[in-house]
Amino acid sequence: MKDLAEELAEENLTTETLAIKMKITIASGKGGTGKTTVSTNLTSYLANQGKKVVLADLDVEEPNSALFIASKLKNEKICNKMVPKWESENCTLCGKCAEVCNFNAIVALPSEILVFPELCHSCYACSELCPTNSLPMAPQRIGEIKEYEAKGFSFVEGRLDLGQEMAVPLISQTIDYIDENFKGYIEIFDAPPGTSCPVIEASRGSDFVVLITEATPFGLNDLKLAVETMRVLKQKFGVIINRYGIGNDSAEEYCKNENIPIITKIKNDKEVAKLYSKGELIYPKIEHFKNSLDEIVEFIGGIK
Amino acid sequence: MKEIVVISGKGGTGKTSISASFAYLEGKNALVCDCDVDAANMHLLLDADFEQKEDFFSGEVAFIDEELCTNCGECKDVCRFDAIHVVDGQHRVDPISCEGCWYCSRVCPTKAISMNTQKAGDLFVSNIKQNSKMVHARLGFAAENSGKLVAKVKAVGKEKAKELGVDYIITDGSPGIGCPVISSLSGASLVVLVTEATVSGLHDLQRVQKLVKTFNLKAVCIINKYDLNADMTKKIEDFLKSEKIELVALLPYDETFTKALAVAKPIVEYDKNSKLSSLVKEAWDKIKGV
Repeated sequence: MKDLAEELAEENLTTETLAIKMKITIASGKGGTGKTTVSTNLTSYLANQGKKVVLADLDVEEPNSALFIASKLKNEKICNKMVPKWESENCTLCGKCAEVCNFNAIVALPSEILVFPELCHSCYACSELCPTNSLPMAPQRIGEIKEYEAKGFSFVEGRLDLGQEMAVPLISQTIDYIDENFKGYIEIFDAPPGTSCPVIEASRGSDFVVLITEATPFGLNDLKLAVETMRVLKQKFGVIINRYGIGNDSAEEYCKNENIPIITKIKNDKEVAKLYSKGELIYPKIEHFKNSLDEIVEFIGGIK
Repeated sequence: MKEIVVISGKGGTGKTSISASFAYLEGKNALVCDCDVDAANMHLLLDADFEQKEDFFSGEVAFIDEELCTNCGECKDVCRFDAIHVVDGQHRVDPISCEGCWYCSRVCPTKAISMNTQKAGDLFVSNIKQNSKMVHARLGFAAENSGKLVAKVKAVGKEKAKELGVDYIITDGSPGIGCPVISSLSGASLVVLVTEATVSGLHDLQRVQKLVKTFNLKAVCIINKYDLNADMTKKIEDFLKSEKIELVALLPYDETFTKALAVAKPIVEYDKNSKLSSLVKEAWDKIKGV
């Protein structure tokens, strides 16, 4: 396998001229397997090799990539979702709005219309089907996007406000922000854990998904769930086994049986955990971790 | 009956290993709920037998009857989720993008769009090794509505707990601060926050504690891997003091956690006499005393 730089050189391209638009999502079923460690280190490592790269923290419920990156705030943007706002003036209290809302976000009382914004999915049905236009859609804050300038790369974070239940609209807006502002960059997405809506939103538009697991029965169980999800989404994916050497070989065997590429195995190492605990990058200090990053870069270079 | 909900904000802090140990210690006096329905694991540690299985339906997806459809495009125009696409001249629904809002079906002039209820996952009631029961679930691949599935797990859990007459429900929550977590927390008698002595452990603890506060719930905390980073442990302890949260255990970085996992046993079963086991046991006794 050739790495990205070689491949670009052969085709007489540079990262500058090539609209790579390569999007890589780093995901895992189970939390705490090393998504943030791999995505922050990988981004910094690629940047050091002269690549144009942007990192996005899409774990909007608990974004913490920023803790590992020394960076300067460059831009911030409030994110809204659109929700109906009742205007009483022309309303006939016909109740059509409540009838068409499938999410119980509107209650029609005899004398007023109540809107529960946190339940609203922004489908616009109530607003557009209202015979008197009494429910115009208005923005409501759900979180914020922050763009930072780090050493050699940019970093964008979505952060959901506390008490907001729906992460998906913010994830999708964060991805849109990156698409608009970082054309021709390698995009690395640090996804939320799990297998449901947030992780789907963070993965579906990507060229490749890296699933990180650990060599334990929990790791394997959650890896299987994540793999099934990626198959439903028809996503290309590969696996990194983290904390390798502890636990058992079941994750490795599973990948072999299912013909899933193992991108690299990162050795179990308390020193890695210590550096992580302090919020430090790992690869400048730990050789085997850097070797694993090389394997990831080489693998990514081979993806078309 | 008390419901103890164990959550962590950040994943991988040892939440499930610790909750399974509490359940093991309490034996048949505790019913277990696994509310991490996205990536449920607790059943692996407690030898769950999946005795009863029930389909869980939630959410709807639009379906276009091609015989009735005139391809007028009205549905595509009103859809805010980009879920309707023209494929080979025919309007079709992408079920993964569809939010189930019914808007398209309401405006379709030929009534060609019906809404189908989706199977979103499976709900299980299992017998577990300490002669008790656990309620757990598996969210369908790429399915939504995990918050509702969590609510269902808790409701069935409560029912079973009453039947069995147990004193405790031990609930393993999900990571994050979004809808599944909010669902996990509802009705909790006490929240156990499991964190680790890392920068992200503290950060996520602070966020999840704000959520716990908005629900007026009482919380205690366990710091795992406390010896990884003494400064960070100190910072977490200071935070707990300022929030008046009792620290019920400081657990060391210990590979026993992973070794016990590898043979699918709770820590307190894997090595009853270890220091780690006695710390976990002490923590559970303190929690019961709160």
